[in-house]
Amino acid sequence: MESRFRLVATAISAILIVTACNTAASPSPSASSPAASAPAASGSAAAGGQQFAGVTVHLLTFNGPQIAEPLQRRAPDFQKLTGATINVDAVGFQDIYDKALLDMSAGTNSYDAFVFNPQWMGDFVGPGYLEDLTSKVTADATLNWSDIGPFFRDFNATYGGKVYTIPLDGDFHMVYYKSDQVKTAPKTWDDYLATAKEFNGKDLNGDGTPDYGSCIAKKKGQQSYWWIISIAAGLLQSQGTGQGVFFDTTNMNPLFNNAAFKKALETYKATMQYGPPDEINLGVGDTRGLFTTGRCALTMDWGDIGTLALDPATSTVQDKVGATITPGWKEVLDRSSGNLVPCDATSCPKAIDGVNYAPFASFGGWSGAINAAADQKKKDAAFAFLAYMSAPAQSGEDVTLGKTGFNPYRTSHFEDRAPWTAVGMSPAAQDNYLGAIKDSLNNPNMVLDMRIPKTKEYEQDVLDTAVSQYLAGELSVEETMQQITDGWNQITDQVGRDAQLKAYQDSLGVQR
Amino acid sequence: MASSDKSIDIDDPRGVAPPDATRGDSISRRAFGYVGALRSDGAARWTFIWPSVVIILCLSIFPLFASLTLAFGKLVFQKGKVDVDFVGFSNFTNLLFGTERTHILGLARAPTPLGWAFLILVAGLVVWALLKSLRSGRVGVGGAIVRVGGALFAVGLAWLIAQTMLSEGGRPGALVVTLFYVFAGIAVTYVLGLGLAILAVQPLRGRRFFRVVFLLPLTITPIGVGYMFRMMTDTGKGPLEPLFAALGLTHYTWVTDPWAARIAVVVGDAWQWTPFVFIVLLAALEGLDVEVREAAFVDGASKWRSFRHITWPAILPVSVTIVLIRLIEGFKIVDMPNILTGGGPGTATQSLTLEAYLDWRTLNLGSSAAIAYILLILVTIIASAYVAWSRRWVEQY
Repeated sequence: MESRFRLVATAISAILIVTACNTAASPSPSASSPAASAPAASGSAAAGGQQFAGVTVHLLTFNGPQIAEPLQRRAPDFQKLTGATINVDAVGFQDIYDKALLDMSAGTNSYDAFVFNPQWMGDFVGPGYLEDLTSKVTADATLNWSDIGPFFRDFNATYGGKVYTIPLDGDFHMVYYKSDQVKTAPKTWDDYLATAKEFNGKDLNGDGTPDYGSCIAKKKGQQSYWWIISIAAGLLQSQGTGQGVFFDTTNMNPLFNNAAFKKALETYKATMQYGPPDEINLGVGDTRGLFTTGRCALTMDWGDIGTLALDPATSTVQDKVGATITPGWKEVLDRSSGNLVPCDATSCPKAIDGVNYAPFASFGGWSGAINAAADQKKKDAAFAFLAYMSAPAQSGEDVTLGKTGFNPYRTSHFEDRAPWTAVGMSPAAQDNYLGAIKDSLNNPNMVLDMRIPKTKEYEQDVLDTAVSQYLAGELSVEETMQQITDGWNQITDQVGRDAQLKAYQDSLGVQR
Repeated sequence: MASSDKSIDIDDPRGVAPPDATRGDSISRRAFGYVGALRSDGAARWTFIWPSVVIILCLSIFPLFASLTLAFGKLVFQKGKVDVDFVGFSNFTNLLFGTERTHILGLARAPTPLGWAFLILVAGLVVWALLKSLRSGRVGVGGAIVRVGGALFAVGLAWLIAQTMLSEGGRPGALVVTLFYVFAGIAVTYVLGLGLAILAVQPLRGRRFFRVVFLLPLTITPIGVGYMFRMMTDTGKGPLEPLFAALGLTHYTWVTDPWAARIAVVVGDAWQWTPFVFIVLLAALEGLDVEVREAAFVDGASKWRSFRHITWPAILPVSVTIVLIRLIEGFKIVDMPNILTGGGPGTATQSLTLEAYLDWRTLNLGSSAAIAYILLILVTIIASAYVAWSRRWVEQY
């Protein structure tokens, strides 16, 4: 009797144990099985019909609320077109990378698609987590691949010669100025500081309180570490995109410990003199709010300010915003001597009027990717949805809305002005805003963001920490550069210097 | 049931044999009852205890050992799997002696006179307590070794604090900042919680309302508290801006000053946790024997003497427990510095747990696990020393 009881008890125990231990490793909770009888996917929503009826795609993205907004808003429309249910799981910016990488590496594959940072492809493509989309993107009529700007096709979407993502956003830094007061856009960072100094402390929005000359988000642990790269870019890169700004392409030694980066750090810190007193604790959402309420003469941002400024509910600067290419420098680093030298035809062959511009494609733009381990039907439905989102008809409208977080990246976004007019942007403002974007995109010295394995650790851990310590006065400029160099070398050596060097060379190998 | 010395009647729902049962019946029933007891005890053991034990093993002990593996390894992502390559102690050496040393241990400089005074005071107290303990004759060889080790650990921590916090040009790392959060936080929450509890037992009008109000912060999620404090401490555009303006602080910002930022974190943490101290001490105070205090007052004792000799000894065991819970909880602080400052300015407000989180965020799980183990060792030593010391302290009363 006792043994029987013990047997029953053991069985109950075993069931409970298995249940408890398997919780974390259970497969995707609610992925609907695709209908077995569904017809073959065409890969395009434009094909019409209900070719994805019964298919549920789980898509992971950023909870902005930007970025998730257009995906969630258009998912029901896509379902009406194709029958596919798009379940958008939106999480914090810092969580996307971890969730996506752990989900695919552990083999749970809860997500079929991702809208994430193309910089992370170095970590995802190597182990084979992402679906190769090379043949599909050119074959899909809805997507209209050739309409996407060459920079975004070749950089955002491509890794090692193959296409892995579909661009949904065009991202690079620009400088914005309050055009009703600042009459001349800054061309160099010295101009920027002079303008910021001139307008700092003046009442810029007529509310009776002094305002700020410059607002740049500098809070640690957010997206602020990119600004220093933008300031340093024009001092570090002058020979074209393939030169790169992060590492020496022959030995993978960091380029952030020299006279150029020192000057960039000092300039970055100098902008704090003309900013809000708590600028060191402001995120990009805070500075956007300050600029669109007329409290800042200058700011640096992605393309979002142009559309956010149009919203009468939150903005007081409609048609008072000027956009310009990120300021450059009249000198550049001589990599052989480690010193700064004046720009001339040899040292700065891409310079315009003696100024070496190097617009920084920071982040690169939100892009859609597909889990290679997903079911074929889900992969097809996910591709169709991403193509639908990127198609000119949808994206042409989305890039004009500040709430989407998407910025122009297609030729048609610049040529078709009707959506811009529809959201209230004046023709002059369109010319200015879209012109600044085109100036950046067409610049042959555009700077690529880092896109190698451990990019997140290089930038969001080591660089962000050191720069924030410098701004807070914890580190001198020399200590800051040394800390970045040591930290980056340590990561490089841990992963393998040769492998990282090849990955870096590959990431720069895309020539326009 | 098995420990009962009475015979057990399986037919009797009470389980006790009737007094008039015959001897033979009694023996057979006793034997049968014994088997029944064994059977039911065995079933209980297997059905209730083992699942609990194994679930704890799965959810607690297993992760502890898994994270130990991670602390000595680095993740390598492969298709469909994650490998952990053994890297020895490199995660620990990098944290304590490598590129992360200044973030964890801080930047050491020669202590100021105040730093030396602090160090000498701590060293003197530790040596005095150690000698007193060793001379008591109640400590064996093992106990003596543990005490000497604990003393060296305490002096080492004091030396680190003196070099990083009480020095010219030094900078405290996450370890010392965490200790500041823990001990400053405990002091503030205990004093405020005790004060509010004493206030709430007084026969004042509206005390029931205030008891509920005092508890509200405990019901808010720590992230919510973090964002709320971020708004409230914004001197330029927060809800308290008129108050700051009246005080002439509109252009003052605490976020650029390391100590102001750390104090802001402690204030937010204390605001969140004071209700916990309050509610437990309120229960302890409500349970006190009123007659004893009334007798003391009749005998002419002042309010202070009554508190010192009657109330304080009565609530001391509860207080010791509260402090222990807050001590262990306080070491895990992460929400407040992460939301309020992101660990800034620079690394001024980074706690050990936030350091571990930042490493985890970039999937540097080896370093993250190593920090977690450093924290575990620290908490274990400090909590054990506190328990040993507080036990003797309570026994004195």
